[in-house]
Amino acid sequence: MNLLQCEHVSFSYEGKPAVTDVSFDVQEGDYLAIVGENGAGKSTLIRGLLRMKKPSAGNVLYGDGLQQNEIGYLPQQTQVQRDFPASVMEVVLSGCLNRLGRHVFFTRGQKAEAEKNIEMLGISSLKDRCYRELSGGQQQRVLLARALCATRKLLLLDEPVTGLDPLVAANMYQMIRDLRKKQGITIIMVSHDVGGAVREASHILHIANRQKFFGTSSDYRKDPIGMGFLKGGME
Amino acid sequence: MSVILEMLSYPFLVRALVVGVLVSLCASLLGTSLVLKRYSMIGDGLSHVGFAALAIAYPLGFSPLYISIPICVIAAFFLLQLKDSAKIKGDAATALMCSGALAVGVMVISLTTGMNTDVCNYMFGSILAMSRSDLYISVVLSIAVLILYVMFFHRLFAVTFDEAFAEATGTNVRLYNMVIAILTAVTVVLGMRMMGTLLISNLIVFPALTAMRVTKKFKTTVILSAGIALFCFFAGLIFSYLHSVPTGACIVVTNIIAFILFWSVEKWKEERTVQ
Repeated sequence: MNLLQCEHVSFSYEGKPAVTDVSFDVQEGDYLAIVGENGAGKSTLIRGLLRMKKPSAGNVLYGDGLQQNEIGYLPQQTQVQRDFPASVMEVVLSGCLNRLGRHVFFTRGQKAEAEKNIEMLGISSLKDRCYRELSGGQQQRVLLARALCATRKLLLLDEPVTGLDPLVAANMYQMIRDLRKKQGITIIMVSHDVGGAVREASHILHIANRQKFFGTSSDYRKDPIGMGFLKGGME
Repeated sequence: MSVILEMLSYPFLVRALVVGVLVSLCASLLGTSLVLKRYSMIGDGLSHVGFAALAIAYPLGFSPLYISIPICVIAAFFLLQLKDSAKIKGDAATALMCSGALAVGVMVISLTTGMNTDVCNYMFGSILAMSRSDLYISVVLSIAVLILYVMFFHRLFAVTFDEAFAEATGTNVRLYNMVIAILTAVTVVLGMRMMGTLLISNLIVFPALTAMRVTKKFKTTVILSAGIALFCFFAGLIFSYLHSVPTGACIVVTNIIAFILFWSVEKWKEERTVQ
């Protein structure tokens, strides 16, 4: 069964269509990269997949018993975070919020879970540091650890490597690969970096306000649309 | 010490003290979230609305708190809605609300009781303002605000730090924004009589900003800002009593001094790490 399925989905802002007629499905263990140019509607689509935005047409279906509070999300960094006094532990722990239920405070188990994710991403030494004092790559790891606290099944990553230098970006890709392999987490990633997306992902969805291509990465490489976009991306 | 004992012998000062402590706590806790969420001006907007509500309540013979709390809660609700839909942006709406409500308040006062020392007290605060019934309402409401804040602490942190993530992972962001707005509205109204309409937002913004100069954790920021707020309140109140200066102004000035101190510490620390 599909973990996530979109059937002829469209999204619009105040009556103006942002993305129209997108259909694709994601199986458990897939690594889907959503590519396209600026303003192609990638972020809108992600918001739609997270059910933060209602589709103006079509359906977004969760399968395999996937619940809204079982999805991990790595958003693009916002301005507020840059002057926010918060420790790494506080940030990561906030990812457990969707399992807090009626509790007022986090349980010991949730704290252990946060510790485990911090360790897995190799940021144990930063645990008590202030989030705003970390480098871009370290901050992304912290946010990834937080996303892991919120999920065991599906991770949505919005531009995970944008603004990182090449070495750190490669590191980030490696980490995402490991999560998929070792933890069996399904990945959906929005990316500007087409080269990286094709190299890393199993499937590609190319949108330019509507669907241009959906299929495996190797097919995308042979497809005229893929070839054109990859060439553009290389320059 | 003898000054403090002397102050405690006046019932009106004891009332001011109790309410002041509770309101300072509420304001400084909520302030941390409001400052970080870029809602610093909300306190100002709400206090002006509260002023208009007070002005209308007096000639009608209602207890001012009963009228101004619901009106301020509605105004807070309205301001947050605007931020979402945003044809008129939040800051513009707050500015409109400030001057609009102040104008209505001043007109109503001129037409009814006339401009007198009472109006001055509304504007700049007075330690004489607390009546016995005000005291009870203030104590109950501010304790409720404190309890709700502690209960929702982790949720408010998540909503403040990263709304998009909280919403995406299934937290009801609108609900918690509403909680912040309502708690703020109640706090503003309770503190307004003592601090004054024009100065109440200081209680919300300053302690948080001061604490943020030196802290690295959200929890310590909240606790430190509460401590700073309490200290500045006591210092301000004593000065106000000794020199018969409006209480609100004294508290603001002590807050400014605290801010400058903490800011210097921050700069000094930065210099040291650079060397």
